[in-house]
Amino acid sequence: MEITLTHYLVLSTILFAIGLIGVMRRKNLLMLFFATEILLNATNIAFAAISHYIGDLSGQMFAFFIIAIAASEVAIGLGLLIVWFKRTGKIDLDQMNSMRG
Amino acid sequence: MFEAIAFYLFATLTIVMFTITVMTSQALYAITAMAAGMIFISAFFFILGADFLGAIQIIVYTGAVMALYAFGMMFFDTTRDVVEKRTSPQIVFVLGVLAAVMVVVIFVSPIVSNNIQALYPIQEGVGNSQAVGMVLFTKYLVPFELAAVMLLVAMIGGIILAGKKMDKSLTLMAEEEIGSMDESFEPQEGGH
Repeated sequence: MEITLTHYLVLSTILFAIGLIGVMRRKNLLMLFFATEILLNATNIAFAAISHYIGDLSGQMFAFFIIAIAASEVAIGLGLLIVWFKRTGKIDLDQMNSMRG
Repeated sequence: MFEAIAFYLFATLTIVMFTITVMTSQALYAITAMAAGMIFISAFFFILGADFLGAIQIIVYTGAVMALYAFGMMFFDTTRDVVEKRTSPQIVFVLGVLAAVMVVVIFVSPIVSNNIQALYPIQEGVGNSQAVGMVLFTKYLVPFELAAVMLLVAMIGGIILAGKKMDKSLTLMAEEEIGSMDESFEPQEGGH
């Protein structure tokens, strides 16, 4: 019973699908951010697994850069969310229609 | 054998934790379940021999990102239940097709990847952190510097966005008051 690359890729797919479900059903923007973190983590698993089974370090490098991007996304997104919450008192996605033409 | 046990154990735990994150209606359950899921994901990195990546995962995700979310949640009303969205069928259809295509691609990709050769093969007798450092500071130096600049920009942006006028409640003010507040702040800053 050996764990192959396919096992890891299937796990990554399942986690990515869970993240997609989260993106679909969430209205609260904070919960939507959680779902995007799940999406990023699912790809990280795939990158690390491919890196291990092909014997190449590039996959791990991409995972590092994805982590850096996720950290900056959280910082900027949460800052914008706090500004929006201070102005409107809500963080629901449906109420963000001030740019509607 | 141990690898298989560890893989199935952590796969189950991760899927359960992330399902709780996505499905629960309480924000506190969601954030704690996600922190647990992040730690379980680092277990996969340790199994795969990517020790440095696993340590970074714990430090950055469960340390920094989760602390940032917990900090952000203090601003929001997290005690009330999260209202769910009534999704439009088009979005469900598009994302469902996307997920199905992704499953097909993932099952095909190991067959295709038989022809792929390692560009930066893992050296023998060198620890993972050392090998990562050698590749990161030679082949990936420019992306590394760009990521550093990006993190700096994100840090400054976060400070400016979240830290501005923390003593005022923008919710209770009208649009005109907010506009006039910006103008009245500028002469004071120039005076110093």
